[in-house]
Amino acid sequence: MRNLKSIRLLVVVALIVSVLSACGGGKNNEGSASPSGSQGASPSAGGKVPKSVELLNVSYDPTRELYAAFNKSFAEHWKQETGQTVKINQSHGGSGAQSRQVLDGLDADVVTLALAYDIDALADKGLLKSDWQNAFESNSSPYTSTIVFLVRKGNPKGIKDWDDLIKKGVQVITPNPKTSGGARWNYLAAWGYALKQNNGDEAKVKEFMKQLFDNVPVLDTGARGATTTFVERKIGDVLLAWENEAYLAKKEYGDAFEIVTPSLSILAEPPVAVVDKVVDKKGTREVAEAYLKYLYTPEGQEIAAQNFYRPRLQEVADKYKDQFPELNLLTIDADFGGWKVAQAKHFADGGTFDQIYTKGS
Amino acid sequence: MATIRNRRQVLPGFRFTLGFTVLYLSLIVLIPLAGLVVKTAGLTLPQFWDTVTSARVLASYRVSLLTAFFAALVNVVFGLLVAWVLVRYRFPGKKIVDGLIDLPFALPTAVAGIALTAIYAPNGWIGSLLEPLGIKVAYTPLGISVALVFIGLPFVVRTVQPVLQELEKDTEEAAVLLGAYRWRTFRKVLLPELVPPLLTGFALAFSRGIGEYGSVVFISGNMPMKTEITPLLIITKLEQYEYSQATAIALVLLLISFALLLLINSLQRWTNRRLRSA
Amino acid sequence: MAGAVTTVTELSAEQRPKHLNESRAVRITLITIALLFVGLVVVLPMITVIAQAFRKGWEAYVSAISEPDALSALRLTLLTALIAVPLNTLFGAAAAWAITKFRFRGKNLLITLIDLPFAVSPVISGLVYILLFGAQGLLGPWLIDHGYKIVFATPGIILATMFVTFPFVARELIPLMETQGTQDEEAAVSLGAKGWRIFFKVTLPNIKWGLLYGIILCNARAMGEFGAVSVVSGHIRGETNTLPLHIEILYNEYQYTASFAVASLLMLLAIVTLVVKGLIEGRLVRSRHKE
Repeated sequence: MRNLKSIRLLVVVALIVSVLSACGGGKNNEGSASPSGSQGASPSAGGKVPKSVELLNVSYDPTRELYAAFNKSFAEHWKQETGQTVKINQSHGGSGAQSRQVLDGLDADVVTLALAYDIDALADKGLLKSDWQNAFESNSSPYTSTIVFLVRKGNPKGIKDWDDLIKKGVQVITPNPKTSGGARWNYLAAWGYALKQNNGDEAKVKEFMKQLFDNVPVLDTGARGATTTFVERKIGDVLLAWENEAYLAKKEYGDAFEIVTPSLSILAEPPVAVVDKVVDKKGTREVAEAYLKYLYTPEGQEIAAQNFYRPRLQEVADKYKDQFPELNLLTIDADFGGWKVAQAKHFADGGTFDQIYTKGS
Repeated sequence: MATIRNRRQVLPGFRFTLGFTVLYLSLIVLIPLAGLVVKTAGLTLPQFWDTVTSARVLASYRVSLLTAFFAALVNVVFGLLVAWVLVRYRFPGKKIVDGLIDLPFALPTAVAGIALTAIYAPNGWIGSLLEPLGIKVAYTPLGISVALVFIGLPFVVRTVQPVLQELEKDTEEAAVLLGAYRWRTFRKVLLPELVPPLLTGFALAFSRGIGEYGSVVFISGNMPMKTEITPLLIITKLEQYEYSQATAIALVLLLISFALLLLINSLQRWTNRRLRSA
Repeated sequence: MAGAVTTVTELSAEQRPKHLNESRAVRITLITIALLFVGLVVVLPMITVIAQAFRKGWEAYVSAISEPDALSALRLTLLTALIAVPLNTLFGAAAAWAITKFRFRGKNLLITLIDLPFAVSPVISGLVYILLFGAQGLLGPWLIDHGYKIVFATPGIILATMFVTFPFVARELIPLMETQGTQDEEAAVSLGAKGWRIFFKVTLPNIKWGLLYGIILCNARAMGEFGAVSVVSGHIRGETNTLPLHIEILYNEYQYTASFAVASLLMLLAIVTLVVKGLIEGRLVRSRHKE
């Protein structure tokens, strides 16, 4: 009898402990995780150069290959310069989702996202200065890209420009601008083209956009999902994509596709920034800044170009000029009044994109 | 205390088990969910109302509810059949089939979504067979239901199976001795016993279906007003940094599921009690 | 000896007198329909995954699943399941006991609350922890100031998994214990048995299949959960990626073959749990025979 009682007591205690440890598991795990995470912090306080340092680069989806190559190159460079080993952890996802994670406490030393709007959101909450875009050259965008068309081999529908996308019987694949940063560039490029064609008549532009999206059979949530729909499911005649994505898809899938460059597109400037609040806490500012600056060096620019991003540096740009045809480019600041304005006008609830689907049809 | 009838004095452990249940429930489920309510409370009532009744959101409720309902219905019929066959009959490969039922739980939903899309897309194994018949599965509400049938099947089978197993032969035996026919035995003797697990299975499959995201987004096509599911709209709101609007829609979804589960649980306990007293 | 569930029922099927069994034609029809359905709904997607996994041959498969990132994802997945499943099992047994052996007010509400995590969209079940423990959350700022990190680290992943798999064991046991009633336990009490003894000697043997199913389902779901974990993980390669997240990453890198290879690894894990289940069942059946 006594025995049973004590067993019962024991089990109760064990249960409570396990529940507590489940909730407090955080603390224990954290205890072991934080030293490695803040390796940069404690030694720098001691004044000695730490042997190794870790950075977390929170980026968007299409930069995986770029940063895989770039991180390797930077680690070597940093080792030579300082003798310090740097380990760069990567996190990729949709640009907006990634920005939200940083907002909610993901300890990113640097963010390299698809649009300035997503870094502005971090600045709004005080994670970095509001003039962050002046911290590095060229609007803090070390490489650029644009929106092009990927069509099937031989271009059976004869697609050459944005006009061809609204023809009857042409199926256009683009991700959903509501969930994908890349798709917002697609949308704005099309809008900008129509605006020019119609001499600024917005009613006609809206009609153009409606016809365009009538031709869209599937709206994937992300850029890579849309690529899969186009490439693997063989749906659609043309995929609107980042130039770098289009090249990558072509590289992965061989010659089944062709890239068509429209007469007019948009200059996409994927910006980079050091997250002040995080690097100051971890003591990693120096290496984080060096990391982003390295993107602007000939080595960094070369890697960007190899991964189909348009380099800023003239000498590298000249070297790769066959790869990147010249075309007229709109810019977000000059033609759309910056991301805040564009976001509110087109992609917020009730914006021009929502109107395509809620009015009439 | 007064509500606890005399049974309590007979069996031990009431306070301990109930206490632990409530504590654990609160820590893992209720407190986190309360965060949802707190966040939503950041909206004024008109804002809340506008958010949860805008045209696109309403259309998405319809898509989510209808496809989940249809899928749960399919699962109840075929889930019962599968459970019945697994418990009662012998056939080669039965153990394997039994094991496969859990697969939808083990396979990450995104993988399921990708695999199902590959199968049912117009160039897929089944999609290409159905295409000439004019039936489109992928990128239609039907496709969403297909994904939800996959997701929900284990819920029904695994709730019915143990009960079916425990059902004593005696009840059936008695019925047959009384001269009942096979079908009648099933309807009058077995089915009433199976109604509670079937209802549970239905409710679980249905409410899981309403909230499912990972597998659906690949196969649905996500066309606004047509195949856009409510969880996708939640993501959309988050993408615009509208946390409170996102939680508002989530709350509505949660309340629908909660009401349904509560209804079915009550119904079930009621039938149970009636059965027992009969 | 794989499934004792099946072993037991096979016995009963054999022993089942003729008049209690359906005619052969009916049996075959039912089995065929059931198999077709399972084939269509479950087997076909599984074959797709396996076919894709081996599209580039055995070597590509092995290298995909032995890559360091894949292994660290596997470790994290196993750790998560190892913590979440036992806790939820204890909870399930306690909840089922309280609910089915006693009458009290608010029971329906309690059952429904236990079901709730099923009904919560995976997207939301991750988000609630962000709202609570994130840097903008209710408790987050305090915890972060004190050096505790819950979300975007292992604890958050475990919590989200516990949330998602919370109802499985309880849900499995409640209907089962409901149909069994309380007579056995009451008899044991009248014979002078107490607390845990009743549970282990009387209740447990009656519910072991249900319990086992519950644990297996809970485990399968714990390992396979994608949506909720994706929200709280932070997606740091080699650090906070579970297997399902690793699969997504590979898929998004156009490494379809590798991603399906890792997916098939998850299926394999599920099959391993089934084998374990079979072994346990075999043991239980043997020990019962000895008694």
